[in-house]
Amino acid sequence: MKTIKVGLGTCGISAGGQLVYNKLVEEIKTKNLEVELKETGCMGMCYEEVLVEVEEDNGTFLYSKVTPERASKIVTEHIINNAPVKEWIVKSDEVNKEEDFLKNQNRIVLRNCGIIDPTSIDEYIAQNGYKAIQTVLKNSTPIDIVDQIIKSGLRGRGGGGFSTGMKWKFAHMEKADKKYIICNADEGDPGAFMDRSVLEGDPHSVLEGMMIAGYAIGSDEAYIYCRAEYPLAIKRLKNAIAQCEERGYLGKNIFGSGFSFKIKIKEGAGAFVCGEETALMASIEGKRGVPRLRPPFPANKGLWGKPTNINNVETFANVPWIINNGWDKYAALGTEKSKGTKVFALAGKINHSGLAEVPMGMTINEIVYGIGGGIKNGKKFKAVQMGGPSGGCIPASMGDLKIDYDEITRTGAIMGSGGMIVLDETTCMVDLARYFLNFTQNESCGKCTFCRIGTKRMLEILERITEGNGKESDIDLLIDLAQKIKNGSLCGLGQTAPNPVLTTLQYFREEYEAHIRDKKCPAHNCAALIEYCIDPDLCTGCGVCARECSSNAITGKKKEAYYLDTALCSKCGKCFEVCKFDAVIKN
Amino acid sequence: MAEIKNPDIENIAEFKQDLINKRLQSGSLIPLLQSAQDSYGYIPEKIIHYISELVGIPAAEIYGVITFYSQFRLKPLGKNLIRICEGTACHVNGAKSILTVLQDELGISVGETTDDGVFTLQSVACLGCCSLAPVIMVNNDTHGNLNHDKIKRIIKKYKSDQKVRVA
Repeated sequence: MKTIKVGLGTCGISAGGQLVYNKLVEEIKTKNLEVELKETGCMGMCYEEVLVEVEEDNGTFLYSKVTPERASKIVTEHIINNAPVKEWIVKSDEVNKEEDFLKNQNRIVLRNCGIIDPTSIDEYIAQNGYKAIQTVLKNSTPIDIVDQIIKSGLRGRGGGGFSTGMKWKFAHMEKADKKYIICNADEGDPGAFMDRSVLEGDPHSVLEGMMIAGYAIGSDEAYIYCRAEYPLAIKRLKNAIAQCEERGYLGKNIFGSGFSFKIKIKEGAGAFVCGEETALMASIEGKRGVPRLRPPFPANKGLWGKPTNINNVETFANVPWIINNGWDKYAALGTEKSKGTKVFALAGKINHSGLAEVPMGMTINEIVYGIGGGIKNGKKFKAVQMGGPSGGCIPASMGDLKIDYDEITRTGAIMGSGGMIVLDETTCMVDLARYFLNFTQNESCGKCTFCRIGTKRMLEILERITEGNGKESDIDLLIDLAQKIKNGSLCGLGQTAPNPVLTTLQYFREEYEAHIRDKKCPAHNCAALIEYCIDPDLCTGCGVCARECSSNAITGKKKEAYYLDTALCSKCGKCFEVCKFDAVIKN
Repeated sequence: MAEIKNPDIENIAEFKQDLINKRLQSGSLIPLLQSAQDSYGYIPEKIIHYISELVGIPAAEIYGVITFYSQFRLKPLGKNLIRICEGTACHVNGAKSILTVLQDELGISVGETTDDGVFTLQSVACLGCCSLAPVIMVNNDTHGNLNHDKIKRIIKKYKSDQKVRVA
């Protein structure tokens, strides 16, 4: 029997996956076909969504950019007539249009994403699921497990990069009547969607990782703190927890071992700072998510004052694999101090946006040009932004840099949770720094003066620079404020908030200077510093721009070159976008 | 989206049950507020006082929690909620000009509701479908790879749907 799988992660659904799925249901029903239709998680190739895979005796066939109409044709041609629709296939035994994207990946965290049906516990079990927890409960003492995780070299994938095993050890050594495990699923960095895809595509792997951690530190209760903006992830997690409870994988005396464990979900309510562990715990306790001073660390005094171990989604998803395959196999991957793999969310001005999991130590160029397929529209690669609002921009000239925690930190950026936004020549670095400062300034909880007011002042300075009112002394003032905010803030949000400004200043200082001194935006991005005009030689006189212009700044006669009056122009850029002849020019 | 209901607690059996279930647990304030917002579409002042009495937390403190988190609203929403993504990928792919067009078409700024109550415009940090940037979400539907034309067509569609419903 043939099986059809439809990728229904958030990206797949956004691209119209649900419509395709519904169409397939209808076709299968009306044509009375014997086909198994399944949903699956994110396959990683977001740029090819909607993805549909047909599994049959002759192999598997992956179709890209499927619409409901295409789905009907696939049913008629491939399912009924056994003739795969070759032109839409991106991957099969014969065709591999995705070789560049897939060949250098090593999927550990994403091992089941896009392969199994995330709503089925049996499919997870069929992929060796819940084998690791059984092995652990049967053969290992808690300290053995802690030891294995330390030796694997796994470091916190949420961004901090602290040794996971050491964290577990601290919590393990605490003596208390109650300990908690928390899974941080408050993935708040704009441009990062790794954790969401794991939760949506393989929720059981996270639950299993949490159980193993619970056994290792001696905890019987856990929370998953998931952002409310991820409704599908929450739904899949709830379903997975219910399945585990039904089978007795969660609850009392799990697998007859005497170990008891329960997992609850807490929905976030929209606050970026709650990704910080002490703020997150305050939020679970029902309070404003304001961070507190450490020490005491959560391992000593965490949720409701009890020892608590917090790891993020990706970290937990690694754990069952490490137990099943051995810590040495994991430690064999990666670089000297950064072991294993890392999932990156590739987005921005890149051809293949999506999720890629690669061994640590791969270079930026290998990811951007190899997996990412290069820059969109043949533009020039300028930089990658890593680590979101806490991170920074690494220029294209450093493209041979090996990606691991320490190398990235040396550049002034941070590994972060894995968002990798690729920028091209049309991205203004001053504007990008302003964008991130705007974000952190909004999300600052307000506890520390430097973070609350300092980020506001930095934002004001960046705003005036992008508006052409920058002063010569502004750059020094930005650096001064940046250092003070770093030193004067309690938590990671404030300590890292100036990073986007500092790294762009370090690598693209001339862009700041061009804005301030020459009143020019070299990337032609900042509206106040550009002027639109029409090139009479290129203009065909079609008049589309004049019709679109809401300020009546464009005049002319049909079939003759049009004229743009800069005095009336509101610089909205509509004319630039609609002109098919590249006759509208930004100066 | 939740319909806006008269903030009369007695009418919302489900919310009441939630209150009873959750108030005994520690850390229940945020889930309670989420439940209230699900029931009413926003958090009415009356409900704040009601929750305050039940859980024994001062209303001022509850107000502090509500205003801390971006998810909570103290005012009702329009019939259609438009959320524009301000994620990094959307930003570098021209989200700003999409926002300009949206504001022009609707005649409101971010955070506002149209006078006829048909649209509310909000911005969000990231919707997480970066491969489709720039993106907006109208109610529960995501629209990606936007340009000026596409935005206008989308707004037009929701406007005409609205007229059909009224007729």
